[in-house]
Amino acid sequence: MNRTPPIPDTAGPSPAMVDVRGINKYFGENHVLRDVNLTVAPSEVVVVLGPSGSGKSTLCRCINRLETIQSGEIYIDGQPLPTEGRALARLRSDVGMVFQSFNLFAHRSVIDNVRMGPIKVRKMAKTEATELAESLLDKVGIADKGNQFPGELSGGQQQRAAIARALAMQPKVLLFDEPTSALDPEMVSEVLDVMNSLVADGMTMVVVTHEMGFARHAADSVAFMDEGQIVEMAPPGEFFDSARSDRARAFLSKVLSH
Amino acid sequence: MNVLLDNWRPLVDGLLTTLWITLVGGVGAIVVGVLVTAARVSPVKVLSGLAFCYVQFFMNVPLLALLVLFVFALPEVGLIMPLLTTAIVVIILYEAAYVAEAVRSGINTVSLGQAEAARAIGLTFLQSLRLVVLPQALRSVVQPVGNVMIALAMNTSLAAAVGVVELTAAAQKVNLVSAQPIQVFVGAGIGYMALALAIGLSTGVVERKVAIVR
Repeated sequence: MNRTPPIPDTAGPSPAMVDVRGINKYFGENHVLRDVNLTVAPSEVVVVLGPSGSGKSTLCRCINRLETIQSGEIYIDGQPLPTEGRALARLRSDVGMVFQSFNLFAHRSVIDNVRMGPIKVRKMAKTEATELAESLLDKVGIADKGNQFPGELSGGQQQRAAIARALAMQPKVLLFDEPTSALDPEMVSEVLDVMNSLVADGMTMVVVTHEMGFARHAADSVAFMDEGQIVEMAPPGEFFDSARSDRARAFLSKVLSH
Repeated sequence: MNVLLDNWRPLVDGLLTTLWITLVGGVGAIVVGVLVTAARVSPVKVLSGLAFCYVQFFMNVPLLALLVLFVFALPEVGLIMPLLTTAIVVIILYEAAYVAEAVRSGINTVSLGQAEAARAIGLTFLQSLRLVVLPQALRSVVQPVGNVMIALAMNTSLAAAVGVVELTAAAQKVNLVSAQPIQVFVGAGIGYMALALAIGLSTGVVERKVAIVR
């Protein structure tokens, strides 16, 4: 897995849920993703770690094409990621995303946030979507907040509502882009609890985070990124106890020392 | 004061015409302005280019020139509409450019994350604009759009120049007969002030009502 060369064009779709093949991404002159390969099997949880600026958030955002890539291929459940348009919107509806800054729709109540996707994208009947939204708000522990507006909720509650909104699409895979980084410390655990329950449910997840505890206990594998490359990919036990690369060891010594 | 009471009928008719132009023109300008903005921010280059040209054209040609052009030129090419309709259409097209600029500034206040979250749940571009971005943008531009509406109400007086008998034209007609310009035009002025005040006050009410809880 460690820096495999780009797979030749002859390779077809794979049974992986997420299959990232040799992608390159530039922001202007800045080469932020360099020949990145990543495969996520169904029900697998991959945690992406790395110093800031290593490209981990960008990788996460490329998977549902919020960022475009300059070369390489991305497959979701065997389907190549389409370019902008209706096909991409359809595919995105199967790929949930949870943002660092929650991004709940500020002008809509919490329950409206959760049921908007099912109603507008899945064309679900409103009563059915409302039931789904209520059960999901209950699942993330904010059943009583449905009629409030995002601005009236705490950060932790907003992030849990955002997770419920992503779950409402019944996604094949959930992407988390630093979901706890904008939270006060005492709210981190309530969000991690919800994420742990999703892991237990067998959700396929790609999680960019700085939560080393979550990586150690919940991940099936840890991808360590630095300077736009996946430097190392290993099961969490192996990664935390005996990282192979110098860069990973240097990173771990910094984040685990305090 | 007598001259106003003696001639209340044509003056009130003029005021009603002014109100009608303001109302239809205002609603039309908001609808067209929002559509122009939607085109302006769309990823389709041709659409955003056309919207840009639209705004530039109508912002850089005086309303009076447009009124004269439409009233006298359109019949030449076979498009004949009632005078009042023509004036309203011109005012809608003209003020829509200003509404479009106000709404576009509102779109810039909506954080990028809102649009990204909308796309991430699978909404198409139009859906995310209609359901997420525009509703928030419009809430933030109630005041500037209200100002455009006040300007529109004042600009309706230019329709007098092409023969629409609204408040200004009605006042002028009354003055031609009564020769009491101070009473007549101050009376008309008070009518415009009341209209502007009403728009301004309702703008404030609407703004508070639709404010987003933060």
